[in-house]
Amino acid sequence: MSFLFNNFVELTVTGLVLGAVYGLVALGYTLVYGVLQLINFAHSEVWMFGSFAAVWVTVALGVAPGSAMPVVIGVLLLALLAAMTVSGGVALLLERVAYRRLIRLDAPKLVALISAIGASFALAEIMGLRDRVAGWIGLRDTLDPYVRSARDNTRFQNPLETEGLFTVGGYTVSNVDVIIIVSAVLMMVALDQFIRRTRTGRGIRAVAQDSEAAALMGVNRNRIIRATFLVGGIMAGAAALLYLMRFGVTRWNAGFLLGVKAFTAAVLGGIGNVRGALLGGFVLGLAENYGSALIGSEWRDVVAFLLLVVILLFRPTGLLGESLGRARA
Amino acid sequence: MRFSVKTGAPLLALALALSACGTSGGDDEEASSGGGEAGTCEDVAIGYFGALTGAAANLGINIRNGVQLAVDQFNEENADCQVSLEEYDSAGDPNQATGLATQAIGDDSVIGIVGPAFSGESDTAGPIFAEGGLPTISASATNPDLSQNGWDTFHRVLGNDASQGPAAATYIADVIKSEKVFVVDDASAYGAGLAEIVEESAGDAVVGTDTIQTGQTDFSATVTAIRSSGADSVFFGGYYAEAGLLVQQMRAAGVEATFVVADGVKDPGFIEAAGDAAEGTIITCPCLPPEEEQEFYAAFEEAFGAAPATYSAEAFDAANVMLEGILEGNTDRESLLEWINDYSGEGITKTITFDEDGEPENISVWAYKVENGEIVADQEIETN
Repeated sequence: MSFLFNNFVELTVTGLVLGAVYGLVALGYTLVYGVLQLINFAHSEVWMFGSFAAVWVTVALGVAPGSAMPVVIGVLLLALLAAMTVSGGVALLLERVAYRRLIRLDAPKLVALISAIGASFALAEIMGLRDRVAGWIGLRDTLDPYVRSARDNTRFQNPLETEGLFTVGGYTVSNVDVIIIVSAVLMMVALDQFIRRTRTGRGIRAVAQDSEAAALMGVNRNRIIRATFLVGGIMAGAAALLYLMRFGVTRWNAGFLLGVKAFTAAVLGGIGNVRGALLGGFVLGLAENYGSALIGSEWRDVVAFLLLVVILLFRPTGLLGESLGRARA
Repeated sequence: MRFSVKTGAPLLALALALSACGTSGGDDEEASSGGGEAGTCEDVAIGYFGALTGAAANLGINIRNGVQLAVDQFNEENADCQVSLEEYDSAGDPNQATGLATQAIGDDSVIGIVGPAFSGESDTAGPIFAEGGLPTISASATNPDLSQNGWDTFHRVLGNDASQGPAAATYIADVIKSEKVFVVDDASAYGAGLAEIVEESAGDAVVGTDTIQTGQTDFSATVTAIRSSGADSVFFGGYYAEAGLLVQQMRAAGVEATFVVADGVKDPGFIEAAGDAAEGTIITCPCLPPEEEQEFYAAFEEAFGAAPATYSAEAFDAANVMLEGILEGNTDRESLLEWINDYSGEGITKTITFDEDGEPENISVWAYKVENGEIVADQEIETN
């Protein structure tokens, strides 16, 4: 117990950092659920592909840590752009291949769920077998830095060196900590504004509320669904870069655990609720850290999920509980 | 023996396999023609038992090549006593091991086995070898329980995990001169068992412990605990994937404590994941650094076109124990088993003698260090 109090600031900051990543990934689950009432279980793979895109950009550019600041910022922005593009692209591909036909045929929700789980496995395995894939097209040697050790951890060479900024309660908050938390909050605000104020955002809310009525009012439902997947993918891409800046390593199956946690965060905040996703992420990240500190790291998931059960028992719709369709304009 | 997936060097594996194929083909010819002329040891073979294919094939190939080299050298020196090598490729799978062991028992010319390579397959094949009276010497299986089954055919030439733990604790206390040790484990049978032994051996110096989960990527709570304990060294019992992440997050949080790990991390994948953070990491392993024995090193490299790797030298020793016995006229299983039990001689890795459980009486544990992105030998650790 005293350990928790003595290191309260450190546990809080690192918990918020992890929670910010959970929250950004949770957006993808929440948006798709809000519009389609479907859990897109392949969203974790959308994130994973984004993380590899960011890694490959830094491998291709080969920037050493400690480069000049403009170079560092340029590389990070390129990596961000690549991660967002690839994640958004994979999300659109998923929508096209795994969902569109099922949605059009009005297939039972369970069918779409299985389709998503299948897509998740396929995408993860393709990444795990990327050295073989490169071999088939005869580029195994050319692409070696990108495809070697396909089943092992792949490192992200962060061009930004971690530096302490200021010390609170015995913990030196680093530049990376600040960047991650601030970016996550900024992106959340931007997304919130996007959904409240833009034409597409209004379409998303309309389809979430009543897709048939929205269609009658002239909203192109298919276009809105695509936009929803794309926005979720872009957020996952951003989350991928932030995650790499903090944890430095990705792997073909890294999406699974993070996906489960992000989905939990979405449910915790209130699934279908955009602001709830970030709140749920923060709460989950903090609960995991405090739980680990109280009893030991092997209990982190027990504590976090107990909290989830308790919150859902009292607030079955999650912390903020309001659905996407009912968000005020 | 730990079971790891080395996807890092498929090309190297292929090269090793190809070059090895070349040599073994030539030897078979030599063996049959030579064996036909000589009368003293006709139709005698020793077997290699372990993975040559599958996820951990690299580890098995390292061992097989060590055996191959011993057999080749023996046949060259003893024209009138040619021994052939039978290969039993288990793919590292305990389920395939039983069938292969029965097959080996059925082949009367096979009088000794180097292997099985991994602990899992040793566990399932062990009773069959014991029943068939076929002596085995493993160059790599480290599970301490294997020698406690009462199989009189079981032997191994390397220290088990019960000797590696105390050696790691010794290194932490005597070389690093650490007074505050933090012990982390990954809750696996290998990692938790080893961490527990280290914890016991380090005694009062342990300032804290924590358990992580395999597959976990965020270790911030563990890093906080390490930092606030003021530990100057951290022992981690587990495999290289989590080790890489943990040390990277420790360094990012400004923890300077020396990172100490065991043979489960002796893999290039560790450095791949941790990058610069891996520098200075201490890795213990009950295996001899191959570059210690120049003669063996050179012969191995010439034969297989690659440097000997983890447990190649141990395999070379194990095979030589059997080959010496064969040369002394022990050409059936019963007498060879007796020969091995009473054996005492100088191997390249250590002085080899076995106790009544088949454990080696002389154990060497080496410390390796990560320097400039390479795992290099540091020093031998005093055991006992």
